Amino acid sequence: MDYSEKISHQVAAIPRSGIRDFFELVQGRDDVISLGVGEPDFATPWHIREAAIYSLEKGYTSYTSNLGMPSLRKAISGYVEDFFKVGYDADSEVLVTVGVSEAIDLALRALLNPGDEVVFHTPCYVSYLPSIALAYGVPVEVPTTVEDNFALKADMLEAAITPKTRVLMLNFPTNPTGAVMPVDELEKIAELCVKHDLIVLSDEIYCELSYSDDEHVSITTMPGMRERTILLHGFSKAFAMTGFRLGYACAPSPLIEAMMKIHQYAMLCAPITSQAAALEALENGEAAMLEMKESYHQRRDFVVGRLNEMGIDCHSPGGAFYVFPDIRKFGLSSQEFAMRLLEAEDVAAVPGNAFGDAGEGFLRCCYATSFEELKTAMNRIERFIGTL
Amino acid sequence: MNDPLLKLLQSKARLSNEELAEALSLSSEEVDTRISQWEKDGTILGYQAVIDDEKAGELGVAAFIEVKLTPERGGGFDRLAMRIARFDQVSSCYLTSGGYDLMVVVEGQGLRDVAQFVSEKLSTLDGVLSTATHFRLKAYKEKGFIFESEEPEGRLPVTP
Repeated sequence: MDYSEKISHQVAAIPRSGIRDFFELVQGRDDVISLGVGEPDFATPWHIREAAIYSLEKGYTSYTSNLGMPSLRKAISGYVEDFFKVGYDADSEVLVTVGVSEAIDLALRALLNPGDEVVFHTPCYVSYLPSIALAYGVPVEVPTTVEDNFALKADMLEAAITPKTRVLMLNFPTNPTGAVMPVDELEKIAELCVKHDLIVLSDEIYCELSYSDDEHVSITTMPGMRERTILLHGFSKAFAMTGFRLGYACAPSPLIEAMMKIHQYAMLCAPITSQAAALEALENGEAAMLEMKESYHQRRDFVVGRLNEMGIDCHSPGGAFYVFPDIRKFGLSSQEFAMRLLEAEDVAAVPGNAFGDAGEGFLRCCYATSFEELKTAMNRIERFIGTL
Repeated sequence: MNDPLLKLLQSKARLSNEELAEALSLSSEEVDTRISQWEKDGTILGYQAVIDDEKAGELGVAAFIEVKLTPERGGGFDRLAMRIARFDQVSSCYLTSGGYDLMVVVEGQGLRDVAQFVSEKLSTLDGVLSTATHFRLKAYKEKGFIFESEEPEGRLPVTP
């Protein structure tokens, strides 16, 4: 059968992920040190896993409310108020989803009509562009640069806004650059959103993992923003719960209601076992989370220090667990550099162009791997650039 | 501990491999190989400093909890004991003979922390029949080290 005729044009038009090719190559090799993963190296803290086991023992295996267990939504509302300093009603303004990825998909499908433009900053997480395209939106990239530490500039954003722009997607701290937003620039962006009547999807999945002394500030706290922001957050990164697949959206109730319409038919509800684990994470997980954060912080400082010392320019990212070194001076493309590094030294790092054209000339290295491995990886990278 | 290298590591884990080799008249390659083998096979589980909490200004509390369990078919006490042992608050966990089954050592920031752990996590487990919590009042010796408040006077430099 000719399956190409059977696949929708919309899906067929989405290119294969650049990361996938690279990782098939990595998987064929032994003894590779991978700086290519996008998840914590810790297992979920035991007390959280134990809460999941306990819920199974007690027979909690049913569906939950479409929005998520009321007790979990209440805990989320409390946590968000505490951390982001903004209140959301647990009964009508919080939706528990299967990871932030589902929440992004729901929000875009709930907001966009065909042809609506969505502005997002690059380099960015690999799902943004396809998610916009799958929701029949038109993706509009705004590149960020290493000179601005990969923060989004308000004037660059304004230049990309047209009468068709409906949504702005933000992701700070950013995967893959670890960028954080200076508050004054974020304020300017908030003003633009109000001026142009945009809805903001603010994916703040890495917000706990922010290493500067300043507190993380969400755009939703800025004047006129709460009513037009969908705040997206989850448990994967800060609580090392990627496999539990649990995220949430906080927004005014008409927006949550619209997202819920899709969620209830596509997903029904997030898995109850994961919801039980998430409740434990919010109630008792802070100590374990802070310990992991401290460990990432130490490793970030080590990796940034080593890269600069060996002569690779690397800014110190403010958050997440990625560094995004600049390899342009070696005269190789991101792809070539990554391939040759893999072949010569068995170190896998993701070529920056996998995250958009703005990432060309850079590499994404995840430092959520053991200190010993990081040390070896840095030594190997140093040896590799000596041969260039 | 019969192996001299393991014995020395137990009291002076911070010595470098060269220093260990020198003290025991071994080659430092041999020390290297043996230690990495022990780390790999789990003979050496880890290294830690033994700290006098009071001197360090730590206000934490510790409690020794006697736990009675219902043994299970097949595994006896193992599954439940491991489940309890994995909690971060549990610093040691032993199966014992006598009037109870498990001795669980729990550390926390304060009495409330420990009390919450016992009432919320420990006693709610199916299979836990009873618990008795004893709070530590004072420590005299830990992991072979005596807690001394005063330095003893040193030996004289020259004696007959």
